[in-house]
Amino acid sequence: MAEKTKEYWRWKEYNWHDENADPKDAETITAGVDVGSVSSQAVVMLDGKLFAFSNMRTGSNSPDSARNAMNWALEGTGLTMDDLHYTVGTGYGRVNVPFADRAITEIACHARGGNTMYGSTVRTILDMGGQDCKAIRCDERGKVTNFLMNDKCAAGTGRGMEVFADLLSVPIEEVGDLSLDIDEEPPPVSSTCVVFAKSEASSLLREGWSKKRVLAAYCSAMAHRVVTLLERVGVEKDFAITGGIAKNSGVITRLEKELNLKALKSNYDTQIAGALGAALFGKALVEKQRKKSAV
Amino acid sequence: MKANYGYLDGSGEYFITIDTDLCIECAPHSCVAACPANLFEIIVDDYDDEVAAIKEEQRKKIKYACGPCKPVTDRPMLPCIAACTPGAVSHSW
Repeated sequence: MAEKTKEYWRWKEYNWHDENADPKDAETITAGVDVGSVSSQAVVMLDGKLFAFSNMRTGSNSPDSARNAMNWALEGTGLTMDDLHYTVGTGYGRVNVPFADRAITEIACHARGGNTMYGSTVRTILDMGGQDCKAIRCDERGKVTNFLMNDKCAAGTGRGMEVFADLLSVPIEEVGDLSLDIDEEPPPVSSTCVVFAKSEASSLLREGWSKKRVLAAYCSAMAHRVVTLLERVGVEKDFAITGGIAKNSGVITRLEKELNLKALKSNYDTQIAGALGAALFGKALVEKQRKKSAV
Repeated sequence: MKANYGYLDGSGEYFITIDTDLCIECAPHSCVAACPANLFEIIVDDYDDEVAAIKEEQRKKIKYACGPCKPVTDRPMLPCIAACTPGAVSHSW
């Protein structure tokens, strides 16, 4: 019996650090760990500047996932966890980060991270995460003014996209571009539920739809789903998208079309927004502590 | 900050919105005692302010938890909204 070994949903895990920066010169070293439902990220900052990060899948154990992500971010930097002045945990598993000094919600962290990644003009952030979706409004300092989160259903989330990548045997990184390679936009599949959408997609494939067309129908459904969320909090310019789905051109292009608004681009990895925001909170909290002890 | 607790699913949108900027100044936090389903709690939010919130474990079932306060006919003002003197609480459905 042939065994199915290829996992099309599996995205690449990676780490990075700035080789030109020297941690010894830094006055404040802070870290943020975002333990999400699907992926975990760790970010290390030197005086508020991005120094290192890692992005990996979350395992079945949140403390281990947090530890693994942090160790991988620190790998090759010459730093250890003992060198970190303050660590903030965020995401679903934020209360299970054993080495964190404080836990802060991912909503506040994404707003803060988004403010740094996209600039202070950002007023609306859409975080398309692994198993939930958040629409966040924020002010010029990255403070949340309005938020809404939907985690009742996987439709409109990264996990839903992984299900489709596997169903259609298309590597997840290629889904977006393939979904745009069509002559005519098909009607969207069900946006209410991933399970329904998957059954509908199987029927469409049997009817003779190409993989690209089915992907286009799903990306379109996903975009439509999150537009409902965004409309509830109200979309104000500038608009930015964080999370893994921000890397999916098929969803983003359709979302921009529905909103009639272009999303800002950033040189930062969109998946580290939460952890970046957490590390920035860490810096502010260290400074607050230092001010207090100086009085 | 307007905090929307709840969800949207195939049957509709179910959100309780709490305007925490109005909450900060409210000392009695009457919403907590007023809710017969015990949905409200007082938390210290990410910005270190003491505000009302919907309990985490209740957020995905508010459609049902709030059901008894929302009869189809002769609906009185919801107890949480009536108790909230700063006017910080609202429901989407």
